[in-house]
Amino acid sequence: MAEIEIPAKYKVEEVLKRKEILELTIAGPTDEPMRINLGPSHPAMHGTIKMIAELVGETIVNLDIEPGFLHRGMEKMCEVHNYNSALPYTDRLNYVTAFINNFGYAATIEKLFGIEITERTSWLRTLFSELSRITDHYTCQAAICSEIGAMTPFLYLMQARDYIWEHFNWATGARQTYSYSRIGGLAKDVSREWLDKAKEILLDNIPLLHDVHGLIDKNRIFLDRTQGVGEISKEDAINAGITGPFLRSTGCDYDVRKAMPYFKYDEVEWEVPVGKYGDNYDRWYIRMREIEESFKICLQCIEKIPEGPVNSDDYMAHLPEKAEVYGSIEGLINHFKIVIDGPKPPKGNIYHCVEGANGELGYYVVSDGTGTAYRLHVRAPSFLIMGALDKIIIGHQLADIIPIFGSVNMVGGECDR
Amino acid sequence: MSYQIPGLPDMEYMDRQKRTFLTQIYYREVARGVWITTKHFFRNMWKWMTFRKGGVVVQYPEETRPDMSPNNRGRHVLVQRSNGESRCVACQMCGTVCPAECITIEAEESKNSTIQRKPKVFDIDISRCIFCGFCVEACPVDAIRMLASTENLVGYNRFKMIYDKDTLLNWHPVVNDDVVHGYNP
Repeated sequence: MAEIEIPAKYKVEEVLKRKEILELTIAGPTDEPMRINLGPSHPAMHGTIKMIAELVGETIVNLDIEPGFLHRGMEKMCEVHNYNSALPYTDRLNYVTAFINNFGYAATIEKLFGIEITERTSWLRTLFSELSRITDHYTCQAAICSEIGAMTPFLYLMQARDYIWEHFNWATGARQTYSYSRIGGLAKDVSREWLDKAKEILLDNIPLLHDVHGLIDKNRIFLDRTQGVGEISKEDAINAGITGPFLRSTGCDYDVRKAMPYFKYDEVEWEVPVGKYGDNYDRWYIRMREIEESFKICLQCIEKIPEGPVNSDDYMAHLPEKAEVYGSIEGLINHFKIVIDGPKPPKGNIYHCVEGANGELGYYVVSDGTGTAYRLHVRAPSFLIMGALDKIIIGHQLADIIPIFGSVNMVGGECDR
Repeated sequence: MSYQIPGLPDMEYMDRQKRTFLTQIYYREVARGVWITTKHFFRNMWKWMTFRKGGVVVQYPEETRPDMSPNNRGRHVLVQRSNGESRCVACQMCGTVCPAECITIEAEESKNSTIQRKPKVFDIDISRCIFCGFCVEACPVDAIRMLASTENLVGYNRFKMIYDKDTLLNWHPVVNDDVVHGYNP
């Protein structure tokens, strides 16, 4: 074996000399901005997202946001499973508001088919969407509190959320990933007792909201960390395509539920809260007010839900009743055709959007006439917020990243799909 | 005249220009916070003293929850006929509809001429299962159900989490011989 000749500059003495020089350079003052990584799984960030921040002192001068660490190919999976089987994938978009995702998806496919849903289903979907929105806003507010250092409201809100989730389990069969919707109806009906218990739980939550307001509202630490931090103007927010509580905090009153009413939102009384400056505090304020409005919608729904069937008479998309499957050959054939081939909508493409917890959650479906979507695209509100987030954060201090990022409520499952 | 709920907080907007001196000195808020948390402490303490426990931590899988919803989609069970055979006719409906593709079925001929088909292999890979309940809805002969119980859904390696036909039939035997009036999920 030939001896390897070490070049002079890699000799031990030479390296040691250079190390001294290196140490001197590090220790000395420098004008270069320092680059640090936050994420992809940083304990203080919620969601798997990577941020590369350039700091001068403690001020952020440049920020690069890299989403995509939770990419699971949800849209591609929807292209290989038929319309009914793709439903559980939508549960996992924004996993705190699985109902809204379910109903948005089902409403899109119903629009493609031209199926009319029944009155009771429409009311129940409104109710479940709003309960779901309450749980999402609880989660987001709890996260902001705990990130700023207020651990107590975090625990109170999480407990309240869990009571609602536990109640969902009695209706749907799961705490979080419900898969409750069907194309043209719902998986199963709920009883009147369930609705009364839901009302009881909501009314029980009111003293808890008072407690959270008491702990946070006039707390100077909270106000200093949120007011004037992370501001964005109305024009910038609209240009970036931001919707939902984030956009409403800047003063624009765009809400899909008011602008293009779906389900029964035009038959209940509620208002759209708007903020002023678009900073962290305004986002907190909007979410708190939206919880109150959702309470109003829920209680009106519980009063107004009519009796009746939940599934439409149109058996093009959803499975027939079990009695027909067990008892008649037509029902059995219908059942087999829907399971094997999937529901077959007419050719065409369609876009339908619902108001998700973070903004306009849209589904764009291209149908080629078979039982499987040719293409399904999800307009995820969190993803569009990520596009504008660097402009919001630049200029603030490193410690402000966490409350700002908490208040935009990025949900990894929805952002990266 | 809009809809009102008595007692709802109706949060007021706190403008940054309108902060008062009492807000700025912060001590009033400390006192208020202590008051609220103390109230919660004594309320929870009273619940504990009167044996009405609130949230309870369950040491899964050694113990399972007693108050689990009866509708909960838990562990799968294969329904038996009264002679101990599976009701399954290996029609592949559940395997087709499964979004996670975790069900494997191989069919064989049954000696009973009125049934004709039965499964030789019926495996559910529980580590892939997402508990959506679609297999239960897709079954045309009421052969698979999900019980509310979630007992022992754990395993030290993923091959032990593939449940075969015997496990699914016998971990909690469910018998149904009524052909027409089956289970309605």
